[in-house]
Amino acid sequence: MKKTIITVVGKDTVGIIAKVCTYLADNHINILDISQTIVDEFFNMMMIVDMHNADKAFDTVADELEKIGSEIGVIVKCQREEIFASMHRI
Amino acid sequence: MINIHEVVETNQMIEKENLDVRTITMGISLLDCISSNLDELCDNIYKKITTVAKDLVHTGQEIEKKYAIPIVNKRISITPAALVGGAACKTPEDFAQIAKTLDKAAHEVGVNFIGGYSALVSKGMTTADELLIRSIPLALSTTELVCSSVNLGSTKTGLNMDAVRLMGEVIKETAELTKEKDSLGCAKLVVFCNAPDDNPFMAGAFHGVTEADTIINVGVSGPGVVKTALEKVRGESFEVLCETIKKTAFKVTRVGQLVAKEASKMLGVPFGIIDLSLAPTPAVGDSVADILCEIGLEHAGAPGTTAALALLNDQVKKGGIMASSYVGGLSGAFIPVSEDQGMIDAVEAGALTLEKLEAMTCVCSVGLDMIAIPGDTKATTISGIIADEMAIGMINQKTTAVRLIPVIGKGVGETVEFGGLLGHAPVMPVNQFSCDAFVNRQGRIPAPVHSFKN
Repeated sequence: MKKTIITVVGKDTVGIIAKVCTYLADNHINILDISQTIVDEFFNMMMIVDMHNADKAFDTVADELEKIGSEIGVIVKCQREEIFASMHRI
Repeated sequence: MINIHEVVETNQMIEKENLDVRTITMGISLLDCISSNLDELCDNIYKKITTVAKDLVHTGQEIEKKYAIPIVNKRISITPAALVGGAACKTPEDFAQIAKTLDKAAHEVGVNFIGGYSALVSKGMTTADELLIRSIPLALSTTELVCSSVNLGSTKTGLNMDAVRLMGEVIKETAELTKEKDSLGCAKLVVFCNAPDDNPFMAGAFHGVTEADTIINVGVSGPGVVKTALEKVRGESFEVLCETIKKTAFKVTRVGQLVAKEASKMLGVPFGIIDLSLAPTPAVGDSVADILCEIGLEHAGAPGTTAALALLNDQVKKGGIMASSYVGGLSGAFIPVSEDQGMIDAVEAGALTLEKLEAMTCVCSVGLDMIAIPGDTKATTISGIIADEMAIGMINQKTTAVRLIPVIGKGVGETVEFGGLLGHAPVMPVNQFSCDAFVNRQGRIPAPVHSFKN
């Protein structure tokens, strides 16, 4: 499994999750978990996904998701899970 | 499984609190490049660096993308050039030829700096060591990315006062040759006592002879992250304060450890050490002085500063050591003046003097760093300041360093602008009383009694 964390931060608008999920489905990226919260009045969503069967390379997915984000006015970031695991787990 | 609050915390550190990996430094041994023919030597050096480090910058960028964490610098450190060039170089100009080769190779592979134009002379100087030291002004004024360092003493050997005296003159000459750029050459020149072999930070990085052929060392940073964490515990006890610094240092170091391991794997080069340092930048919010203020001081330099810094430095180490099994380099809080907006403010407010900075260096890494002094300061005075700082390192069995910039044509109260990560600095006053007779004595200061541990 190649776990990746996708975060979406920005103003809440209709269809954010739909847009991101459609892209993931189209590229065979499996969603393992979704959660969301509001921090400083901003919409924060986090998805844990598995990119093991993804059609595209990590770089490409990260770039394309960033582009989709900017089209709907939110920031979408793609990061490998290890940075969070190493920082928050002993 | 990772939860959203942890993800948000990490990303806030990166986006708002300037969390970054300050440097990935590849150490490269040049011992196998040695030749008695200068052209052949330079050719070997160029080939080795551009082969071994060809993917360094690209790999760094790839890791940045993978984890969305900035890696500010990609650098190279090499075997001290005095050792490499000894057989081929007969004049200071010959050594400067090596510096030019290093500069060319650094440009070719795209790194920010290359360190190791160095000599290790803690007890005595060989002919090659002395030639290299005398070539430093020329080397630094004719190259862009080369950094130079000289180790002048150690707890085991005492202080080489002949070299201390010589370095006072070399620093002045370097300032003179680069006076058009506010004596910028001196920002790339540092002298040490107890210099570590595996330091990834410039200007003092070199690849020690005890190291493997190539190695990856990583320097982490994150003063902004510590400062923000401390904002939440204002007025709390020392225990809470220390616990907060420790936990933050742990998190910061773990990121460095991850990046180091990843870089080591991708480049096929062994991982050396993590340098746990709080390295400030001129960016607002990325300041060690601001942490001291957050601990409870009006300005860095106020009474209590040394104690606060001692506490900070110790907690950073305690948190960091738990996060990585291989800790080395300088590992501690850096207190450069020009690279830290809070330090600059403290100097301008009259809170921080050269003498107080010297006291602070007793309890943290590294030393008197990036301090602009009047351009008419005598060479012997600079040597005296160096001797004081080296003595602190020698007696306390720690690394100390001096990176002073006598700014030619400028005096106290004026400001120098170095630009980029080097920042800007107010010219600070220096004690005007003479130490000529002390500095002009020949020989060395013996090793202290507590160095005889056998």
